[in-house]
Amino acid sequence: MFYIHCPYCGEHREEEEFHPKGEAHIARPADPENCSDDEWGDYLFFRDNPRGIHHELWVHAVGCRKFFNITRHTVTYEILETYKMGEQPTYTAEHPEGRPSAEADQASLREGVRA
Amino acid sequence: MSQLNRLAQGGRIDRSRQLSFTFNGKTYQGHAGDTLASALLANGVDIVNRSFKYSRPRGIFAAGAEEPNALVQLGATEAGQVPNVRATQQALYDGLTARSTNGWPNVQRDLMGLVGKLGGGFMPPGFYYKTFMAPASMWMTYEKYIRKGAGLGRSPMESDPDIYDHMHQHCDVLVVGAGPAGLAAALAAARSGARVIVADEQEEMGGTLLDSRELLDDKPADQWVAETVEALSGMDNVTLLPRTTANGYHDHNFVTLHERRTEHLADTAPLKDGLRQVRSRLHRVRAGRVVLATGAHERPLVYGNNDVPGNMLAGAVSTYVRRYGVVPGNKLVLSVSNDHAYRAALDWVEAGREVVAIADARANPDGELVEQARAKGIRIIAGSAVVEAKGDSRVSAARIAKVDLQGFRVVGGSETLSCDTIASSGGYSPVIHLASHTGSRPTWNEELLGFVPNTVKGVAAAGGARGVYATGAVLADGVEAGLDAAAEAGFSAASVSLPQVAERRDGAAVALYQVPHEKATLRAPKQFVDLQNDVTAAGIEVATREGFESIEHVKRYTAMGFGTDQGKLGNINGMAIAARVLGRSIPEVGTTVFRPNYTPVTFGSIVGRHCGELFEPERYTAMHQWHVEQGAAFEDVGQWKRPWYFPRKVNGKVETMHEAVARECLAVREKVGILDASTLGKIDIQGPDAREFLGRVYTNKWAKLAPGRVRYGLMCKDDGMVFDDGTTSCLGDNHFLMTTSTGGAATVLEWLEIWHQTEWPELDVYFNSVTDHWATMTITGPEARKLMEEVTTEVDLDKDSFKFMDWKEGKVAGVPARIFRISFTGELAYEINVQANYALHVWETLFAHGDKYGLTPYGTETMHVLRAEKGFIIAGQDTDGSVTPEDLGMHWAIGYDKPFSWIGKRALTRPDTSRENRKQMVGLKPKDPKVVLEEGAQIVLDPNHAIPMPMEGHVTSSYYSPTLESGFALAVVKGGHKKMGETVYLPMVDGQVHEAEIVSPIFLDPKGERQNV
Repeated sequence: MFYIHCPYCGEHREEEEFHPKGEAHIARPADPENCSDDEWGDYLFFRDNPRGIHHELWVHAVGCRKFFNITRHTVTYEILETYKMGEQPTYTAEHPEGRPSAEADQASLREGVRA
Repeated sequence: MSQLNRLAQGGRIDRSRQLSFTFNGKTYQGHAGDTLASALLANGVDIVNRSFKYSRPRGIFAAGAEEPNALVQLGATEAGQVPNVRATQQALYDGLTARSTNGWPNVQRDLMGLVGKLGGGFMPPGFYYKTFMAPASMWMTYEKYIRKGAGLGRSPMESDPDIYDHMHQHCDVLVVGAGPAGLAAALAAARSGARVIVADEQEEMGGTLLDSRELLDDKPADQWVAETVEALSGMDNVTLLPRTTANGYHDHNFVTLHERRTEHLADTAPLKDGLRQVRSRLHRVRAGRVVLATGAHERPLVYGNNDVPGNMLAGAVSTYVRRYGVVPGNKLVLSVSNDHAYRAALDWVEAGREVVAIADARANPDGELVEQARAKGIRIIAGSAVVEAKGDSRVSAARIAKVDLQGFRVVGGSETLSCDTIASSGGYSPVIHLASHTGSRPTWNEELLGFVPNTVKGVAAAGGARGVYATGAVLADGVEAGLDAAAEAGFSAASVSLPQVAERRDGAAVALYQVPHEKATLRAPKQFVDLQNDVTAAGIEVATREGFESIEHVKRYTAMGFGTDQGKLGNINGMAIAARVLGRSIPEVGTTVFRPNYTPVTFGSIVGRHCGELFEPERYTAMHQWHVEQGAAFEDVGQWKRPWYFPRKVNGKVETMHEAVARECLAVREKVGILDASTLGKIDIQGPDAREFLGRVYTNKWAKLAPGRVRYGLMCKDDGMVFDDGTTSCLGDNHFLMTTSTGGAATVLEWLEIWHQTEWPELDVYFNSVTDHWATMTITGPEARKLMEEVTTEVDLDKDSFKFMDWKEGKVAGVPARIFRISFTGELAYEINVQANYALHVWETLFAHGDKYGLTPYGTETMHVLRAEKGFIIAGQDTDGSVTPEDLGMHWAIGYDKPFSWIGKRALTRPDTSRENRKQMVGLKPKDPKVVLEEGAQIVLDPNHAIPMPMEGHVTSSYYSPTLESGFALAVVKGGHKKMGETVYLPMVDGQVHEAEIVSPIFLDPKGERQNV
């Protein structure tokens, strides 16, 4: 059972308090009417299933009710980071040790950005 | 009966406390401190069970969790029955009653044993499937007898009087195992200041030190154990949990500990201060760091007839002699591959009994223990092994031969030595189960001849669990692991002084698993690998010949390691045999995966207090007690208890559901009825962008809904499929109240949140559940307005000023209320929302005035009938995640021209969602009005079509309508909207075929005149 750090509550809580909501960073196309059927089908149904680093959307369902993202290793199940909506992951498949410029990208660190 | 194998002195038992117990109906004596196994051995009981497949007699083989044979059915009473308890782990108590789990009619004379003998010398893997496969219809008959003959223990037939509980724990360092490594680790971590939990599965902490020959600081090892346990128990930051098995290691250092609190006292928990004690407790521990000090299991050698009672593990012999004061025989032959096992011979001789010989597979055994054995005059036969045991119900002799390990063959002649006990040791396997539970694969260490764990972050193995075996090194390893764990948890290391242990000079061990025999493995006497599941070396050979080369396939085909012992004894030997036959190395063959639980856990412990009335929370509405007093029958809707129908007593007889529902339906259609609708989900939505948000999540338009108005809305997922519906009322320009289905309340709230938080955070809108804040009652029927006029103030109920789909604020029964003119019955209806605390008063006031109008309470069943007569859907019953608004014929509720591409819109024009022969909602009218079609029944066009018939749709809702005086149904039928008037058929399981006509789903008042009055 996972032990998850909620980036909004600032605490580790038991997995029972959370719901997983699938792959993270799946943005709804800005102009659905101009998507082809294939593009819309990709958005609806197709998800990655990587062996290794995976970004997931979770919700602190019986806590603060906030949605946030988790970077999790699908083999070891290690949670490498949790981050707020609007932020970018530090650990990615391309940079398993952490992206060098990660800190500068964090929306929460930039003024005026809602996340 | 005397305890003929009990030594006059020695061991950790209390000879002053005699305990009486019963095994297979016979009464024996033992002592406090005994296990059931040690007491049975003390009494000379050889056969404790029959084997699973061949029904061969079996005796006690080991002394701990790895025991494969001595499974017993425990319990003096029916309610106290516990199946498959390992006698080696069951503490003896006065009055203990146990039976063998297998053996019919009994373990001494067993009929199935004949099958084992007559079924040919060999029952291959897959025997039952291969033998009893035809005809298929007979399998059930075969199975009944096979189960009787094989099988393990049985469940109690009475309910369990015991209570169990769960405890959630946190600690900095969890130490699993309290042997030398575990105690040292616990001491080091605790002295550093960490919060420590120590769990140990045995009756006493100390592990191997409790039967060790070694001295710690020149004192017996158990003295150091006593001092250390005392020191730990005196520390506030340490929790010691004896009789507690860490049965599962889960992700992120979540460990479940199964603590048996009273199972050493009685088979049902004794009372304390008049209250029943908790029998066992599951600790759910989230540990900062975990130290696995789980030790090692000795591997037996695999030789002919190695299962006859009297065959044992060498280490188990030492444990019984030194810890329990029991010598399990008179004449011992020892067969070994290593030095450590020589302890068994030394302990046996010191107990005053005869060691016939030690067969050592090594050419030149020369370690310290070997010298000690020689000095005692014990005969050592180098380069040899026991190839075969003799005897039926007890070992009578051992046949020893010279073996060529490299060539896997017997060289030269053999010698048969008379004896009653054969102990063997093929080395040690670190107990890596917990380390493997989260999927981490162990690595083969050729020097240690064992798999050592690869642990994940936050966990470390110490001592025997990672192949460190010498006592002094184990203690040092434990201290290091404890200090490291504490340091990783943020504590600075304390200094721990270790006792002095003389270093023992051990000779190198050799790799020996299956002992070669003069005959080929398939023709040799049975050489058991997995004693519990009767898997033999020949069985593994056959499996590999039949093409099962992966060790996971070998495991499944032979059932090796599938027993309650999880292959603790046999798996490594099995892998070694598979490797030999396949010509590969052990690491190439690899291991199977260990999964929780390490040893079986009772269902009671898993369930804890979550049973009976605490199984699931129940939600009641504010009027619940009234419903109970009226004798309502209840239905579970999610966690809610909703009145299903209100049966009345008519002429001394209580109405059936059918009668009650018919009466309630007619009351609503002809007079007035009332429904407790409080369970509907209610979400309060506020913010300047609330209206825009609604337009995006609902299929229809919200831009122009004025305050005081209500609108029905459909919600889709982005794939275009309907997932919930309900009404939403405009309370103010920036304020709305959304209702959802009872079951969908939480899901819909999360749905709104996910879109707001992840896609449209720029919209200024807020959502709050107010389901429990407001109680809802629906007053509906032709007389509804008259009743409302009597109890309502501050609201004009006139039909022209308070129209259908309006809502108004006022007072009902003197209580502030929101009144909504919405209708789920098709009749004139008012839905009243009042603060839940006042609801019962309002409800009772309505009844005080309602009698003269025939006010009738109705339940969910009547609600279903009434709404279906009107063709109103229930999301989740008439829809199943594959139904679009168009499929439902609700084109009127779809705003295709809304500016924002709302959720679900784009998908409605995909090829699959826009094709014409989708299943579409229709009504079905059975040709025979007495027929009520079955919900879920399949619809076909030609009942004479050969099976399989093309299925054209299915029934989603079906009831009897007292208004229509006929059965009627809602259904989905391919291309149904264009099939009005056509006849379809519904073939039933019993061969009947019902005939029905496709009609409009609106059976009553298609123009909506009744609700619009």
